[in-house]
Amino acid sequence: MAGLGGRMSTAIKAKISRMLDRAEDPGETLDYGYNKQLELLQNVKKGIADVVTAKKRIQMQAQKHEQSIVKLDTQARQALSQGREDLARTALERKTGLQSELQSLDTQVKELETQQEQLIANEKKLRQKIEAFRTKKEVIKAQYSASEAQVRISEAASGVGEEMADLGLAMQRAEQKTEDMRARAGAVEELEAAGAFDDITALGSGGQDEIDRELAQLTSGAQVDDELAKMKAELGTGSSEGEKPALGQGEQA
Amino acid sequence: MIVRIAGEGQFKLPDEDLDRLNKLDNAAVEAVEAGDEARFQELWGQMLAMVAADGNALEDDELVESDIILPPRDTTIEEARHEFTGEGLIPD
Repeated sequence: MAGLGGRMSTAIKAKISRMLDRAEDPGETLDYGYNKQLELLQNVKKGIADVVTAKKRIQMQAQKHEQSIVKLDTQARQALSQGREDLARTALERKTGLQSELQSLDTQVKELETQQEQLIANEKKLRQKIEAFRTKKEVIKAQYSASEAQVRISEAASGVGEEMADLGLAMQRAEQKTEDMRARAGAVEELEAAGAFDDITALGSGGQDEIDRELAQLTSGAQVDDELAKMKAELGTGSSEGEKPALGQGEQA
Repeated sequence: MIVRIAGEGQFKLPDEDLDRLNKLDNAAVEAVEAGDEARFQELWGQMLAMVAADGNALEDDELVESDIILPPRDTTIEEARHEFTGEGLIPD
């Protein structure tokens, strides 16, 4: 039935075969002790570790975003309570931008988690197939004539070989995806460091810009007002509610 | 026939499914070529549903080659474009 597939399955089958051709003869790999297998399984473990690392990095970025979102929300409320709608609007705009970025980070983490689970499952399956092959080989040898046994063993080896090639393909794909995400995370961090996202994240990441300073002034301004009001009350100099001093004197960006 | 979903495992399906699977497969590639993502997802979904409905997962101690190998379940249209249209014919 070989070669009867549609275009998609034919192409992917060819890919698996190429991978199998490049790999060492699965029969040999299976025959010669555990070394080759251990090497292969070791690679899978490394692949999984890479996925986990990429995931953690993205999760950390997401955490930072979450903190910034909370902070921006507080600042927006503060600004609004001080009658600075313009500042509140800016803070909320930044918050919205971060929220959509956060969503895309969450999607990436989910994708990585799926990939990680798949690799673990694939590795387990391959181990089982290899074990099954060992057992089967002995059974075949005992049951069939030498030449018949050779044919059957080589068929079984092809089955295991396909499983290996499939795992190889899954690892390639995971590596590619991990690489893409690593590059993306790195690019985001670089841009952050260079201040390119100041208009979105400066408030959260501690960068200082005009808006940030105004918001800071607003906070300290409010504190000063509170203290002044308190002092006025203590000294009994009345008229404290009369005119609130103007806040955040900046002309507004 | 034995069908493998790449990165997932092998399934035994009745031979009669081959024709339908191939038709869906080729139609899916046409959808990719036309850049019709919704159609691609629909056809790909039908193929996966067919394997799920008619297929029985092979035991781990069954060591056989697959007759048909399907791409990974979460294949995107971009990957499909790269793998299964003109570009994919060039061995990597």
